[in-house]
This record gives sequence, structure tokens and C-alpha cells, in this order.
Amino acid sequence: MSDVKRHQREVRNYLVGFGLAALLTIIPFAITAAGGLSRTWFDLAILLAAVVQVLVHLRYFLHIDLRHTPRENLLALGFTGVLIVIMIGGTLWIMGNLTSRMMGT
Amino acid sequence: MSEVDAKTFDESEERAYGFWLFLMSDAILFSLLFATYAIMVTATDNGPDRTEIFGYWRTAANTALLLCSSLTMGLASIAIREDRKSTAFQWIFVTMILALAFLVLEIQEFAGLFAQGAGPDRSGFLSAYFTLVGTHGAHVTVGLIWMAVLCVHLALRPIGPVIQSITERLTMFWHLVGIVWIGIYSMVYLPGLYQ
Repeated sequence: MSDVKRHQREVRNYLVGFGLAALLTIIPFAITAAGGLSRTWFDLAILLAAVVQVLVHLRYFLHIDLRHTPRENLLALGFTGVLIVIMIGGTLWIMGNLTSRMMGT
Repeated sequence: MSEVDAKTFDESEERAYGFWLFLMSDAILFSLLFATYAIMVTATDNGPDRTEIFGYWRTAANTALLLCSSLTMGLASIAIREDRKSTAFQWIFVTMILALAFLVLEIQEFAGLFAQGAGPDRSGFLSAYFTLVGTHGAHVTVGLIWMAVLCVHLALRPIGPVIQSITERLTMFWHLVGIVWIGIYSMVYLPGLYQ
């Protein structure tokens, strides 16, 4: 592939990522400004937009690609994801349980 | 590829992988600060809670600044890979301005909170808030210093494997800082601002 083509592809990659990320940022800010959703639906919408945007950043800015990124980098990323889910989920679970028991009766 | 080039290539691959592992441990650190914040958010001790202290437009401005800086940092890294020095300088300069503006807004916000007696010592909620957002701000500061160092390298020598390897790691670092900010506005600011 010629240098010019490679350059165009790389720049376009960043611009597409930027456009998607901007859209996924504007949506949660607009939802917040508009109001009207119940707390549960608001939380879900914000969470969904955040997760998708993290994936967009990984794909277009950090160039994570299931075929071309070295296996060990993907393993480290996957392991980190598992740890984060266990630690955030576990903390919320245990502390939420503790709070409900302390507040009960 | 000559033998020397091959050796530098391996080294920079190894460095990139090592740095990737560091970034992953950094992400785990932030996830624990997020968990702590989520637990502490109700522990306001009759002080200000999350609906009272955040500003919508400041949050939007900070988010826009960081997102734009992710793009300009990426464009700088492309320019460096292609050995176009003056373009690289321009984009790094823009990135530094955006990062500096972000820090100014954040310091303003912190100073305002301190002025109304809502410092980190006020409540568990504010301790967790300052720890999480402050740690992210410290990362932005480190990134800014790192960009300044890269500018010195660029000014002193031609673009070679060393500068390219530094840029690659700095770009990865900066994108992680951007990803953490997505979590901060989604979990800290917007839920506080939503009425």
C-alpha cells in the first residue's frame, strides 16, 4: 500500500472514531439536559453510551483489533476487563448487602 | 531491516507491551476509585451532595476538550510516524493547549468547592470525589509534562525509532486518560446533574 493511501486510511480512522465518540458523548449530555426519564432508564442509557464509547476509543484510537493486535495484549485487556467487573461488581454487591442489613430492623 | 534496526524494533515492541501492562494496571486502579465513589456517594454527612456541586456546561466543556485532544494527539502520532516534524509540532501544541484548558477548568472547579467549604475533608462523598477526579487530573498533568518532554526531543534530534517509541506510548497513555474520563462524566457528573 502506498504511503499516501496509508496516511489517508489512518487519518480517516481517527476522524471516524472522533465522530462516533462525539455522537456517543452528545447523547448522554442531551438526555441529562432533557430530563423526563426515570432514574433506572437514565442510568441504563448513560451506561450503554459509555460502554459503547469505550469500545469506540479502543477500536479507533488504541487500534485494538481482534485479528491484528498481538494475542498477549488482548489477553491482558480481557483479564483487566474481568478484574474490573469482579471488583466493581463485588464491591457494590458486598457493600450494598451490608448497608441493607445495617439499615434493616 | 538491518540487525541494529531489528534490535530497536524488538525493544520498542517490548516497551510498548510493558507499557500496555502498566496501562491495564492503571485502569484497575481507576476502577477501584470508581467503586469507592459509588459506595461513598450517599455519605454526605449533611454536607453538599452530588446534585448541588456540579456544573453542566463546565462538564460539557471538559469533555469536549479531552475528546478533541484525543484526536489531535492521534494526528500528532501519525505525523511523527511519517517523519513530518512541523505538522507533529503543531498537533502536539494544540493537544497541550486543550489539556491545559482542561486543567484550568478543573482547578477552578476544585477551588470553588474549597471556597464553599466543600473540600475533601467535608464528607466521605467529597473525599471519594476528589480522589477519583484528582487522580485523573494528575494523569492529565503527567501527560502534559510528557508532551513537553517530547517537544524537547523533537527540537533536538531528527525523528527516529526513539522518538517514535516515546510517541507511541504517550499516545496510548493519553487515550487511556480519555477513556477514564468517559467513566467520570458518566458515573460522577451526569448522574449528579440529572434531576
